[in-house]
Amino acid sequence: MIPAAFDYKRAPSVYDACELLSQYGDDAKLLAGGHSLLPLMKLRLATPSVLIDVGRLTNLSYVLDAGDEIQIGALTRHHTLETDPLLKAECPLLAHAASHVGDPQVRHRGTLGGTLAHGDPASDLPAVVLALNGTMVIRGPRGQREVAATDFFTGFLETALEPDEMLIQVRLPKTGGAGWSFQKFNRRAQDWAIVGVAYAHGHGVGLINMGPTPMRASAVEQALSSGASAADAAAVAAEGTDPSADLNASVEFRRHLAQVLVRRALVEAGV
Amino acid sequence: MEISLTVNGEARTSDVEPRLLLVHYLRTVLGLTGTNVGCDTSSCGACTVLIDGESVKSCTVLAVQADGLDVTTIEGLAPSAEEMHPMQQAFREHHGLQCGYCTPGMVLAAVSLLAENPSPTERDVRLGLEGNLCRCTGYHNIVKAVLAAAGQQVSP
Ligand SMILES: Cc1cc2nc3c(=O)[nH]c(=O)nc-3n(C[C@H](O)[C@H](O)[C@H](O)COP(=O)(O)OP(=O)(O)OC[C@H]3O[C@@H](n4cnc5c(N)ncnc54)[C@H](O)[C@@H]3O)c2cc1C
Ligand code: FES
Ligand code: FES
Repeated sequence: MIPAAFDYKRAPSVYDACELLSQYGDDAKLLAGGHSLLPLMKLRLATPSVLIDVGRLTNLSYVLDAGDEIQIGALTRHHTLETDPLLKAECPLLAHAASHVGDPQVRHRGTLGGTLAHGDPASDLPAVVLALNGTMVIRGPRGQREVAATDFFTGFLETALEPDEMLIQVRLPKTGGAGWSFQKFNRRAQDWAIVGVAYAHGHGVGLINMGPTPMRASAVEQALSSGASAADAAAVAAEGTDPSADLNASVEFRRHLAQVLVRRALVEAGV
Repeated sequence: MEISLTVNGEARTSDVEPRLLLVHYLRTVLGLTGTNVGCDTSSCGACTVLIDGESVKSCTVLAVQADGLDVTTIEGLAPSAEEMHPMQQAFREHHGLQCGYCTPGMVLAAVSLLAENPSPTERDVRLGLEGNLCRCTGYHNIVKAVLAAAGQQVSP
């Protein structure tokens, strides 16, 4: 399978990337690790006429200690997230979840910014960033802005990013020793989650593959804040969700899994 | 577009179409057919090569993305025509292959795994080879081979 022909531009800076995006408009796509985009292009489900490669912006690959929060560059690869000592100590949920994305080869290429900008409800890390109440830092021709993770995922594979904007950084709170859990249910090694749950004590609950966008388990969060037990909170896990059916699971099975996995997550995190 | 990269220690410069996949560049432009295409959908790992020492699926990388970088394929692993790489030797000794289709990718994924984790447990090896499918061996001998290459005792 070979992608349709496109022009290839390498952006030497974020500024240039945004300039090129403005210049080529809807026909252009940023290329980070390419591990969501290239498979789609090989299947001709995506046919951008210009690819703007930001994969070499190594200055956007970092994990920084910024006091109460951690700042992560958008081009940081999953492999770096899973092995970074600061994340392992201060934000273990993200480091652990990153180690469950795809396989080592995928993690050597895929980036945090790419997986968030892609906005796939089946992806692992959007649910983690949602559970942690992360903030997206976005750069574009109109300057820099910040968007809360809860406002970022706007539709199926759609985000708050404008066509000429680039995600440059993600900010996450340090969670230190607070309870957390990541539950990914799949049938075979390497697979995507059929359903998954990310829980960060004191922050929130994120759900994987329970609707058209990565989402929070709001009903569970409400139940927990009004003092419900783990079992009672988990019982409402499917409320407000809208999962779809596919070869892996029916809607009913996904709704059931959400409850089971939320319960496991809360128990594991010591709720 | 012109790209210059190092493949198996040799400097290469080629004029390629941006849409050319790295695996096709290696196989058809350079004639290095040791890298196999299994699934062509980023799943099986048969096309695994090393870029700057790290395993990647070359069916999911553009040749232009490897511009300026260092690529190692199975052909470049052995130190000489007479001597195999320790990982190749271990696969041979422990019967880590049958038809051999998955083997180039499996060996390179294993080399990358040991570079990151020189003393893996059996579980580390199994998880580390998650991205590589083998239809023949049932994996046990592959795991033994990798543990042996890491200098660990393996039962026969
Ligand atoms: C075999 C396989 C298995 C996988 N398994 C999993 C899994 O189990 N769980 C999981 O979560 N993911 C999985 N993935 C997806 C993987 O995590 C991807 O790496 C990730 O989704 C995309 O990151 P990327 O850097 O490769 O993005 P790209 O593919 O380069 O880009 C994806 C999209 O985001 C846009 N984009 C990229 N970076 C930016 C930016 N900084 N600002 C704005 N827009 C941007 C691109 O234009 C494109 O539209 C798998 C992928 C493969 C190939
Ligand atoms: S051919 Fe590349 S992963 Fe299967
Ligand atoms: S040896 Fe035949 S596929 Fe692995």
